[in-house]
Amino acid sequence: MRIVCPFCGERELGEFTYLGDAKPVRPAAGASQDEVFDYVYLRDNVAGGTSEYWYHGGGCRAWLKITRNTLTHEISSVDPAAGVGAAKAGA
Amino acid sequence: MKYSIFSLARAALSGHKTWQRTWRDASPKDRYDVVIVGGGGHGLATAWFLASEYGIRNVAVLEKGWIGSGNAGRNTTIIRSNYGLPGNTGFYELSMKLWERMEQDLNYNTMVSQRGVINLYHSDAQRDAYARRGNTMRINGIDAELLDLAAVRKMMPFLNFDNARFPVQGGLLQRRGGTARHDAVVWGYAHAASALGVDIIQNCEVSGFVRDANGKVTGVETSRGTIGAGKVGMAVAGSSSRVAAMAGLRLPIESHVLQAFVSEAIKPLIPGVMTFGAGHFYVSQSDKGGLVFGGDIDGYNSYAQRGNLPVMEDVCEGGMALMPMIGRVRLLRQWGGIMDMSMDGSPIIDKTPVDGLYLNAGWCYGGFKATPGSGFVFAHLLARDEPHKEAARFRLDRFRRGAMIDEKGVGAQPNLH
Repeated sequence: MRIVCPFCGERELGEFTYLGDAKPVRPAAGASQDEVFDYVYLRDNVAGGTSEYWYHGGGCRAWLKITRNTLTHEISSVDPAAGVGAAKAGA
Repeated sequence: MKYSIFSLARAALSGHKTWQRTWRDASPKDRYDVVIVGGGGHGLATAWFLASEYGIRNVAVLEKGWIGSGNAGRNTTIIRSNYGLPGNTGFYELSMKLWERMEQDLNYNTMVSQRGVINLYHSDAQRDAYARRGNTMRINGIDAELLDLAAVRKMMPFLNFDNARFPVQGGLLQRRGGTARHDAVVWGYAHAASALGVDIIQNCEVSGFVRDANGKVTGVETSRGTIGAGKVGMAVAGSSSRVAAMAGLRLPIESHVLQAFVSEAIKPLIPGVMTFGAGHFYVSQSDKGGLVFGGDIDGYNSYAQRGNLPVMEDVCEGGMALMPMIGRVRLLRQWGGIMDMSMDGSPIIDKTPVDGLYLNAGWCYGGFKATPGSGFVFAHLLARDEPHKEAARFRLDRFRRGAMIDEKGVGAQPNLH
């Protein structure tokens, strides 16, 4: 598996760190215990296409949002995560 | 059939052409008291204990592939009970005791070999942690010996003792630990369970659950038709989330790939199982002579049953740091198995919120050694509707209650516990 970083080009997997599923959204400060539990512990654990965050620590150190198939390891898109992150934080 | 020295001699005299099938290849009936989804070691062990220990024989084990095609056939075969946390200590020792009588119980040679498991330590802090774990084990009646450097040198003179970064200082040894033949374990359980009337149904993939008006699970939809069930037990390793999703459940589990490796065969070298405490590398030598070893998970969600090169490189580096001479040994083959990584690195054996559906999941790196214990306590849960006392802490709601069991601080994401 190799990842085509939008800033650095095609790089080997060892340069990247996986953060996890991009879908869960951090609950607001006043969220219920159930919402926090759900966010921290429960996972969809999708078999197939899923989007996730990766960190290019061995390269440009950018956070990336990658669409990948967990059954085949095929990567269909790699985008900078900045916009996505800002949107999530409500900025 | 019953195996003995006489059956072996008889078969030998007739050119080994008279061996019979060791288990019946059953076709599904309309209904069973208990249906186990997953024909791996844990599922088959559960069926065997349901029949032999709890007298429930109208049982089916459904396997989507064939017996031994999943993680049962792609693991590093280690058995041990060197755990230090409440919940784990008792459970893994229960499992170890079942390993010790497995061949007699099943009338099957599972090649249980108590050749010893040693965890090497490389720092004072690590020695203290292992001393503490060893003491915990001994307090609980489990064997453990803390070895100093001289004792390790005597046992394994081939290690690189001059490693400047990770000098070997000693190790924690459990002599009763060792290895067993992974394929034979599933074949043995299949053999013994089938003889007691359990139907083992291969090439039978579960595609959904049958629910009654109250939501209770009353059966499963499969590629070989609908099968009714009094209770359904899930023991599907890396596919737990997928199967649970069919019942509308989300689990605190991620699926990750864990690779295992085997080298070409060499002369007897490694006396038992050895772990490199400074990195994550563990190795034993099979009876055929191959070095069997592994390390970390690949680190990202996967259902692909194949790994990637960075971890292979990392594992081989770990091995080379400990035993530089294995650099001349060729790697023969490699597998990727799909693990349920639970969020605290420990298993989940419990009823689910769905009536009639029971869960045995989240074995992370270590499902093989747990095989007999897992089957025993899961059969207890299915038969009695209450957890076995040695599995009482493996509840599904422990994450919500904050009662995690993080033995090594490894789960899918260690920062979460």
